Amino acid sequence: MPLFETLINPHSAVFATNRSHMLRLLAEVRRLEQATRDRSAQSKPLFDKRGQLLPRDRIALLLDPGSSFLELSALAGFGLDHPDPAKCVAGAGVIAGIGTVSGARCMVVASDAGIEAGSIRAMGREKILRAQELALQNKLPFVHLVESAGANLLRYKVEGFVLGGAIFRNLARLSAAGLPVVTVVHGSSTAGGAYMPGLSDYVVMVRGRARAFLAGPPLLKAATGEIANDEELGGAEMHTSVSGLGEYMAEDDADAVRLAREVVMRLQWGRHVAPAAASPQAPWLPPRLDPQELLGIMSADGRKPADMREVIARLVDDSDFLEFKALYGAATVTGHAAVQGHPVSIISNNGPLDPDGANKATHFIQASCQSGTPIVYLQNTTGYMVGKAFERAGMIKHGSKMIQAVSNATVPQLTVMCGASFGAGNYGMCGRGFEPRFLFSWPNARTAVMGGEQAATTMRIVAEAGAKRKGLVLDEDALAAQEKAIIHTFESQQTAIATSSLMLDDGVIDPRDTRDVLALCLTLCDESARRTVRPIQFGVARP
Amino acid sequence: MKKFKSILIANRGEIALRITRTAHRLGYRVIAVYSDADAQAPHVRAADQAIRIGPPAPRDSYLNIPAIIAAAQHSGAGAVHPGYGFLAENADFAQAVVDAGLVWIGPSPAAIRAMGDKAQAKRQMHQAGVACVPGYDGDLQDDATLRAQAHDLGYPLMIKATAGGGGRGMRLVASGAEFDGALSSARSEALAAFGNSTVLLERAVVEPRHIEIQVFADAFGHVVHLGERDCSVQRRHQKLIEEAPSPAMSGEVGRQLRRRMGDMAVAAARAIDYQGAGTVECLLDAQGNFYFMEMNTRLQVEHPVTEALTGYDLVDWQLRVAQGEVLPETSQDEILRRFEAGGHAVEVRLCAEDPAHDFLPQSGRLLAWQPTTHVRVEHALETGADISPYYDSMVAKFIAHGPDREAACQTLAGALRSSVALGVRTNQAFLAACLEHPVFSGGQATTGFVATYASEILGAAPPLRAPVVALLLYAARAQELGHHPTRVALPLAWEVPLRFALDGEAVSASLLAQGGNRYRVACGDTAEDFMLLAADKGHLRIACGSGYLSIAFVLDQGQIYASMAGRQTVVTDLTLASAVRGSTAIAGTIRAPMAGRIAAVHVAEGQSVAKGTLLLVLEAMKMEHPSVAPMDAIVARVCTAQGAQVASGSLLIELVPTTGLSKH
Repeated sequence: MPLFETLINPHSAVFATNRSHMLRLLAEVRRLEQATRDRSAQSKPLFDKRGQLLPRDRIALLLDPGSSFLELSALAGFGLDHPDPAKCVAGAGVIAGIGTVSGARCMVVASDAGIEAGSIRAMGREKILRAQELALQNKLPFVHLVESAGANLLRYKVEGFVLGGAIFRNLARLSAAGLPVVTVVHGSSTAGGAYMPGLSDYVVMVRGRARAFLAGPPLLKAATGEIANDEELGGAEMHTSVSGLGEYMAEDDADAVRLAREVVMRLQWGRHVAPAAASPQAPWLPPRLDPQELLGIMSADGRKPADMREVIARLVDDSDFLEFKALYGAATVTGHAAVQGHPVSIISNNGPLDPDGANKATHFIQASCQSGTPIVYLQNTTGYMVGKAFERAGMIKHGSKMIQAVSNATVPQLTVMCGASFGAGNYGMCGRGFEPRFLFSWPNARTAVMGGEQAATTMRIVAEAGAKRKGLVLDEDALAAQEKAIIHTFESQQTAIATSSLMLDDGVIDPRDTRDVLALCLTLCDESARRTVRPIQFGVARP
Repeated sequence: MKKFKSILIANRGEIALRITRTAHRLGYRVIAVYSDADAQAPHVRAADQAIRIGPPAPRDSYLNIPAIIAAAQHSGAGAVHPGYGFLAENADFAQAVVDAGLVWIGPSPAAIRAMGDKAQAKRQMHQAGVACVPGYDGDLQDDATLRAQAHDLGYPLMIKATAGGGGRGMRLVASGAEFDGALSSARSEALAAFGNSTVLLERAVVEPRHIEIQVFADAFGHVVHLGERDCSVQRRHQKLIEEAPSPAMSGEVGRQLRRRMGDMAVAAARAIDYQGAGTVECLLDAQGNFYFMEMNTRLQVEHPVTEALTGYDLVDWQLRVAQGEVLPETSQDEILRRFEAGGHAVEVRLCAEDPAHDFLPQSGRLLAWQPTTHVRVEHALETGADISPYYDSMVAKFIAHGPDREAACQTLAGALRSSVALGVRTNQAFLAACLEHPVFSGGQATTGFVATYASEILGAAPPLRAPVVALLLYAARAQELGHHPTRVALPLAWEVPLRFALDGEAVSASLLAQGGNRYRVACGDTAEDFMLLAADKGHLRIACGSGYLSIAFVLDQGQIYASMAGRQTVVTDLTLASAVRGSTAIAGTIRAPMAGRIAAVHVAEGQSVAKGTLLLVLEAMKMEHPSVAPMDAIVARVCTAQGAQVASGSLLIELVPTTGLSKH
C-alpha cells in the first residue's frame, strides 16, 4: 500500500484554529462531566459519616486496576432536568459503562447516589435500558450497584412508571439469555426498585444500609396501618437470613464490592469464548500519522470540508487503508483497514451522497456482510445530493438501496459522528435510528434534518409563495423573527451535547480516543460472536 | 593411593553446597545428610546420595552423632567433613568418626579439645608464649572468688562461658555494681546453652578490632598462616561484615603487625600439634596490642575472603591435608606475597533477621530470591524455600573482591542493592548501609560500630514512600489480573481510592490513571505524578520527580513484599477490606512475629489490659519474645495456649481497643 500522503500541516494556522476549536468544545463536555462528579462528591461528608463509599468510588474499586472503562451517556439528561442550564446536572442520576471486573468485561451500572439520593432523573430510564440492551447485544454480565430513592414523587410522570417496567423485563431477559446479573444493594432499593435484587441472579447486601421492600414504613402505615422499621422490613440481615432475597451479606461498601468481584471471578466468564480463528492479538502497528492530529482536521468552520481519509489515516493500523472504488463516486469514501488488529470496513463522506456514492456504499456493505467484516461509519455528511440531474439519476432509489443495506447488514456496525450529519445522510450512514452496535460523537458533531439557515430559508420561500398566492403583503419583521426562531430551534438541537443529552449517541468522545474506543467496541463485537452463552427459559428464579 | 574417595558432609545450607562444589571438582562422591526440614533442600539435591538423619530439631539431626556415623557407614563414605557450626568443633564427634574407621576432615580430637575449653586453651597459649587478655580462668567458681578476681582485674571486663561460643553466656560488665547480676545471667544462659555454667573473666578491651588469622597445617609439620580477616562489624557478638586485609593493618606498620600476628597464630597452632584449617581470633586495640582470644578449629564462615585474596581454595586444602598430602603451598613468603598483592575482599552475611527490632531472627517462606551475579554469593536458597526457625539465621554470604577497599565495598553494596530477597525480613539493606557508612568507609569501625550507629544505618534505608506504594499496589494488582498498567487505554475518568498498611501503618491514597503509563497519586494534600516505565512480572520501573525507581515485588496472600535497593517494604492491601473489620485488624490483633513455641500466656479472654501489658511470651530461636498490648484494650479472644507451636504470622490474641477507637 502506498503511504497515504497527508496534506495536513500541523504547524499551519488553519490546523491551530481547528485544534483550539475542537479543544474548546471538548473542554465544555469535560466540564459538564466533571460538574456531575463534583455534585455527587458534595455528599462525601454524609457518606463518610454513614461509612459508605461514594458511587464512583464503588465503581473504581469494582473495576480491575489497569483496565479501561468506556463510560456511556455521561451527558444523558443534561438540560432536561432543570429549566436553568446552570442548574442542570448531566448523567441522569445513573453511571454506566463497560469495564472489566475480575478479568470479565461487564456492563456496570450504578446509581449516582451522591445526587438526590440516587433518584432516577430525566433520561435515567433510557440510560439503564440502553445499558441493558448493550449487555444483551454484547453478551456481557450485568453488574448493578444500587442505591436509589427511586423516582422523585414530586416529579412523578405516569409514562415513567409504565415504561420503567422495561428495566425489569430486561433483567429477566438478561438472566434468561445466559447473562448473569449481579446486584449490590448499597442502600435503598425500594418499591419498584425492590425488583432490582428480586430479578438478579446474585445479590450482595450491605449490612445496616441495604433496604429492599415494596412499601417502606411511611407507605406501609398509609396503606395498612402496620408499623415496622426499615431493618425489619428489608434490611440486609433479614433478606440474607429470612426472605432469601440476598445471597451475600457485606460489612460495608468496600466489602460488598469485594464480594461482587469475587462472584464475577467465579463465573469464569473467560471460559466460554471460543478461540479466535485469526488472532486479532497479532502484532499490529500504530498509525503512522499521529492520532493527536485528529484534533486539527475537522474544520472549525462547518462549511469547509475535510478529507476524511486524513481522519482514517490517523485511526487505522499502520495508516494502512485500501480504498475501495477510489475513482468511482469519489465523494463517498469506502475501504478496508484494521483497528488494533481487528479488520474493518470503513465508510465515510468527502461530500454529499450521490447516486454513484450510494451505489458504491451499498456494494461495499453487502461485500462486508459477505466477508463478515464489521463496518465503521465515520459520518461527515451533508446529506444525499439534491437537484434535477440527481433526481433524474434515481437518487431516491439509490439512497433507498443504501438504507436497505445498512438496515439489514449482518455484521456489527459502529458509527462515529465526526462532523456533519444532515438529512437522510444520517440514516444512510447508520445513524442512531439504524441501531449501530455503538454510536459515539466527537464534540464538534452537528446533527439535523437540515441546516438551520436552510430550514429558515425554506420557510421564507414557502411563506413568500403562500403570500403571493393569497395576494398578501409579507410582514418582514415577523418573517425575520420566525427565521431567527427557526435557526435557534435547529442550532440548539444540533450540537453534540444536545444530541448526547437525548441519548442519540452512547457518549461524546475525545477524537484522540477514537481508535481505542473503536478497538474496544470491535473487541466486544468479536468476543460476543465467539461466546457461547447458556440461555435458560425463564431466567434464574429465586427460591 | 587416596585414603578416601567419598565424603559425607555433616552439615546443611550454603556450607554443604560450598564443600560439595570443591569435592565434586576434585572427583569425590558426595553424601549429604538431612533433617526432615531439609528433605527438598538444595544441598540434598546437589549431592550424589542423601541420607535422612532425623527430625528438624538440630539435636535430633545435625547434632545427632550416632545417626550421622550410621549414615556415613551405610553410605560407604570414606571421610566426614563437618563444615562449620553443628558438630564441627565437637571432639567427641571427631573421635567417633575416627573410631568408625573414617577420615575426619579437620584437626585431631585432641586439638579440638585443647581449644574447646576456653580457659584451658588460654592457659595453654599462655604457656606457649602467646599474648592473652589478662583475666581469670581458674577452677574456683564461687561468687566470692570471681568477684575478688574481677576487682583485681578492673572494669570493664567480660564474663564468658568457658564452653561458650556465638556470644551466648557472654556479658560485658561496666562496673562492680553490675557484676553479680551479669554473673548469674551469664551462668544461667551458659547452663541452658551448653550444659555447663563455668565462666572465665577477661579484661574488656574497649572497642577493639576483631582480627583473626587463618592458619593451615599438614601432617609434615608445615604450619602457615594466610593473613588476617577483620571481623569487627558485629551485632549481638556475631559477625556481620568480614574483610581482608584489615583496614588497621595498612602500610609498612601493618605489614609488620600482620607478620607478628601471623607468627603468633602459627605458634598457637604448633602448640597443639594442629592439622588442617584453623583460625586464631585476636583482639587488637587502638595501640596495636593484640591478644589471643580463642582458636576455631574448623573452616570459618568467612573463609571466602581469604580465598579471594590468595586465590587458594581452602576446602581443597582441607581435603588434601586430610588425604595426608603436603600443603599445596608451604612458603609463607609466597602466601604473604599473594595476600598483600591480592587487593581487597569483603564479605557480608545476609541474615533472616529484623535489624529494626534488635536483629530478631525471622523465618518463613522466601517468596523471591534473585541474588546478584556480579559477586560471589554462597547460599542454599531458592524462591519458595522455607527459612526454618530451627537453624542459623545466616542464609547467604556475599563476597566482593576488588583492587582496593573502596572498590570492593562499592561493588558489594551494589550487589546487595540489586539482589532480591522477599517474603522474609533480612538485613540486606542494613548491610549495604553499613558498607557505605562513613565510619566503616573510613576503616574506623570497631566491634562497637553497629551498636553505636544502628539508628543512623537503619535510617539510610527508608521504606518505600506511600505514593510509590499506592502505584505499586495498583500496578501489581493490574498485572496479576492480566492487564497492562504501562499502557492503559480509556482509563477511568476519576480516582481510585486505595487503602493499605505500609509496614503496619494505615495509609489512604487516591490514584488517577491518566492513560498510557501516566499516573497521578495523591496522599493527603499532595499529589505526585509518575510514569510507569516498565511492569514486568515481579518488577516495576517508575519515573518520578526525584528520579527513577526500580522495585522488585511479589504478591502473597493479600500482601505485597516490595524491595527497592535491598530494603524490603511489606504492604497489606486494605482497599477492599471492610473498614469495620480493617480497623480492628490493624490495631487489635497480636500475631506471632516468627515461628516458635508459646512459653506463657499472661492474659485471659475478657480481661482489660492497659497499653504495655505483657500478653504472652513466644520462645523462638532460643530467645524469648514478649508481646505487649499496643493500646488500652479488652482481650476479645486468646487463640493460642501455653506450649503451642505457632507459625510466623499466626493469630495469637485479638484485642478490642477501649480508647482511640476510630469510628468510621
